[in-house]
Amino acid sequence: MADHEETGIIGPGEVPVTLIVNGRRREVRVEPRTTLLDALRQKLDLTGTKRVCDSGACGACTVLLDGVAVYACMTLAVSCDERSVQTIEGLAHGESLHPIQQAFIDEDGYQCGFCTPGQIMAAKSLIGRTPEPTRQQIIEGMSGNLCRCGAYQKIIAAVERAARAQSNGSV
Amino acid sequence: MAKLVKTKIEFEGHIREEEVVVEHDDLAVWAADSPMTHVGTPMPRVDGHARVTGSAEYTYDVRLPGMLWGAIKRSPHPHARVRRIDADHVRSLPGVVDVLTADECGGFSWYGNSALIDRTVRYHGDEVACVIAETEQAAIDAIDAITVDYEVLHHVVDIEAAAEPTAPQIHPDSSPGQNRTREPERYLRGDMNAGRRAAEVTLTARYRTPSAIHASFETHGSAARWESDELTVWDSTQNIFGVRSSLASTLGVPLAKVRVISRYMGGGFGSKNDLGKHTVLAALAARRTGRPVRIMLTREEEFLAAGHRPPVIVDVELGATRDGKLAFIRAHSITSPGAYGSGGFQVCGPFREYYACANVETVQEAVYTNTGPACAFRAPGYVEGTFALESAIDELAALLGMDPLALRIANYTDVNQPRGMRYSQKHLLESYRAGADAIDWDARRAPTARAAEPTQPAAATQPAPKLGTMVRGVGVATQGWGGGGAPPSYAIVRLNPDATFDVLTGTHDLGTGTKTVMTQIAAQELGVPMDRVRVTIGDTLTCPYSLLSAGSLTVPSVGPTVRAAAADARAQILDIAGSLLDTDAAQLSIAGGVISSTSSPDRCVTIEDVARKIGNYMVIGKGARGPNPSEVSVNTFGAQFVEVEVDTVTGAVRVLRVIAAHEFGRVINPLTLSSQIEGGVFQATGFAVMEERIMDRSTGRFVNANLSEYRLPTIADVPHVQSLFIGPPDEASNNTGAKGAGEPPIIPTAAAIANAVSDAIGVRIRELPLTRERVLRAIAAREGR
Repeated sequence: MADHEETGIIGPGEVPVTLIVNGRRREVRVEPRTTLLDALRQKLDLTGTKRVCDSGACGACTVLLDGVAVYACMTLAVSCDERSVQTIEGLAHGESLHPIQQAFIDEDGYQCGFCTPGQIMAAKSLIGRTPEPTRQQIIEGMSGNLCRCGAYQKIIAAVERAARAQSNGSV
Repeated sequence: MAKLVKTKIEFEGHIREEEVVVEHDDLAVWAADSPMTHVGTPMPRVDGHARVTGSAEYTYDVRLPGMLWGAIKRSPHPHARVRRIDADHVRSLPGVVDVLTADECGGFSWYGNSALIDRTVRYHGDEVACVIAETEQAAIDAIDAITVDYEVLHHVVDIEAAAEPTAPQIHPDSSPGQNRTREPERYLRGDMNAGRRAAEVTLTARYRTPSAIHASFETHGSAARWESDELTVWDSTQNIFGVRSSLASTLGVPLAKVRVISRYMGGGFGSKNDLGKHTVLAALAARRTGRPVRIMLTREEEFLAAGHRPPVIVDVELGATRDGKLAFIRAHSITSPGAYGSGGFQVCGPFREYYACANVETVQEAVYTNTGPACAFRAPGYVEGTFALESAIDELAALLGMDPLALRIANYTDVNQPRGMRYSQKHLLESYRAGADAIDWDARRAPTARAAEPTQPAAATQPAPKLGTMVRGVGVATQGWGGGGAPPSYAIVRLNPDATFDVLTGTHDLGTGTKTVMTQIAAQELGVPMDRVRVTIGDTLTCPYSLLSAGSLTVPSVGPTVRAAAADARAQILDIAGSLLDTDAAQLSIAGGVISSTSSPDRCVTIEDVARKIGNYMVIGKGARGPNPSEVSVNTFGAQFVEVEVDTVTGAVRVLRVIAAHEFGRVINPLTLSSQIEGGVFQATGFAVMEERIMDRSTGRFVNANLSEYRLPTIADVPHVQSLFIGPPDEASNNTGAKGAGEPPIIPTAAAIANAVSDAIGVRIRELPLTRERVLRAIAAREGR
């Protein structure tokens, strides 16, 4: 154990990790190879975040890590110790939806809905960086999130609507 | 009163007559000018909140107490005999609870000529073993630890090679030879010799389309739980009742002991129409271990083993007179179901149906290859056949020196020629007109706007003038399909004591908006606000039977069923209200939840009053889908117009915009319908320009089985879509006047894109996808390089 502390090597067995998930400290024990995605889904039963490609190609598992959008399938849980993770489950305030969520409903910015949590988290990151995105900025900002059903045209409309709602101060 | 009647059912290009028990559905169709409050209004989805908060529970999210996780070991070889599986040491690995191989899964036949776990593997990805463990990771680690001794056999992965007499035989005992899955399927009308004699201009061409992967974002998978001898299965399926009956017969369990649930699903596109092996494995393992078992495929497995649109080759011959009338049509298609199945896709359907032609011959063949099992993929056969036919029509137009749209219009027909009956309604000419106006076709493609273009590089005697860097073109293609729906389907509408309604029907929502559309229909018929209606679908225990959700069946089958059930409940409520108001129920109507008398409007009572009054006595309305009309054919038609831009330096094709003009009868929800259209167009855009399963011929492996190397269109790759809804409600279709829209939007897009690319670069590419390499080669050939 002492050797490990000196070299920084952990595992291969489970190690404790503290994640601050949607504002609450959650302690989990994970193998070092466990992704943040698997820690959220398997250890914390936060199943809103989806696994689709499991290889950083589709964006369905997008969460915010210290406020920045990351692919949870490409992020090791052990690298998130004591860091803040926001998932789709932490977006609404009680019963009132976040404006981005409402915009996705109003504009029909989804079909099967499986990629939707990732789309919404990517949109949150985009609007956080660029409060009034142009259409081209929306396309660039959302291009890391695939949608097989093809809701793209309405996702653009939803992000435009959400950005408008937020810049109008209705948050 | 139930009675047995014969009705024609069209499903994915197959027409069959079935005797079905139908109940009276004597509801008059909603007239085109009926005042509507909910139906026809753009409505956000009723389950939107669950979808945007992550609370929607997909099969992938099901967690059961004590649940075990399964993983499937698959063959790396395209064709091999399994000599020995060394699985015993795996049973003692930490977390491993059970291992299933062919030894443990004997007696379950699959695909007619194989087994649940066969001792011969016939494609890269075929099932070899299944491990059940305490955690997902332990199951995956265990399948990696299993060693298998294979006797590798010769393989063949492409269609033409598989049809050669010397090709390795994939099912030597059950195939009629040369890997044929069955005898060729032939169709003939008229006199082909007479057609050939009449033809003044002929075109002969071979078109190819690739294998495409559904890539549903929720993979195939199930969770299975036994309580005593009762089995509950959560399955990501488009066909809960089909899965229930196949599963019950496979396991030898009574139907009443099997419950199948599919509440939310992450796409299917035709790949989830049937019982999957993973479901049987989960149910068997759950029975063996006495604990719930979940098996969801990984993304790689979804690519390898969960179905695909098979590759297709179509040889086309068209003959026409100088004035542009088709004299004969001949098409010969060959495809492959992969290693298993029959491959009965109706690739030649468009050749038989789209255009007026007396002399038509089609031949459809299929051969086994050592590739994964093919299955229906959104308009199976018609996407491929339409690419071939609609490319050929454009090529014929060029030979005739005619405008491609004018040639289509010249060969229009009101008659379903294979069935020998008129269409209930057909607004294709209006679709052509509306789309042509929207894209300004006459200015851009009229014969005077450009010289007749060379259709093949070899035909050009002079090198063509060099193209500019960025060139644009426009193209059109026609869409035909069924979409009329069919019986049987049933629905129940119950009035609760607080004046809310439960609507129960065993259909599915793949992401299409079924629940929302059914809510609109029920609320419309009941005369109540939509938030009073809750629709429950996707559960064989609580819901009455409904057809699978495929073949654009759901809205035209289940919609009228829900309306009939709501009408039955409404009539019962009015009877009770009549007693309460001491008036004739026939004088009463409901609007906005208030029941009033047409003769004396001051006599009124709310549905709340009625519901409260009767308390826990239930009004239960029942509805059934009536038969299809016997004198006319109910179909959908449309046309798409596309503008593309081609970069002649890189070969990149950019689809700029698509005008999608389709007739679906009555539009129930314009918002979700436009989503369906956009989604179909975007999937077809991928099919046209980038998507392709790549099989390595030497190793027989599927080499791009992941979302990094199998490219799906991103938000930056798709065109702007303008949806035009053409035509009035189809009053012959069913009591709602609505037809199915799931598949039509994907049918013409790829052909229209190919036609637009040909318009842009002046040379025809007869093979999809229109990759940069193919585009650059075509341009180089055109310029004589």
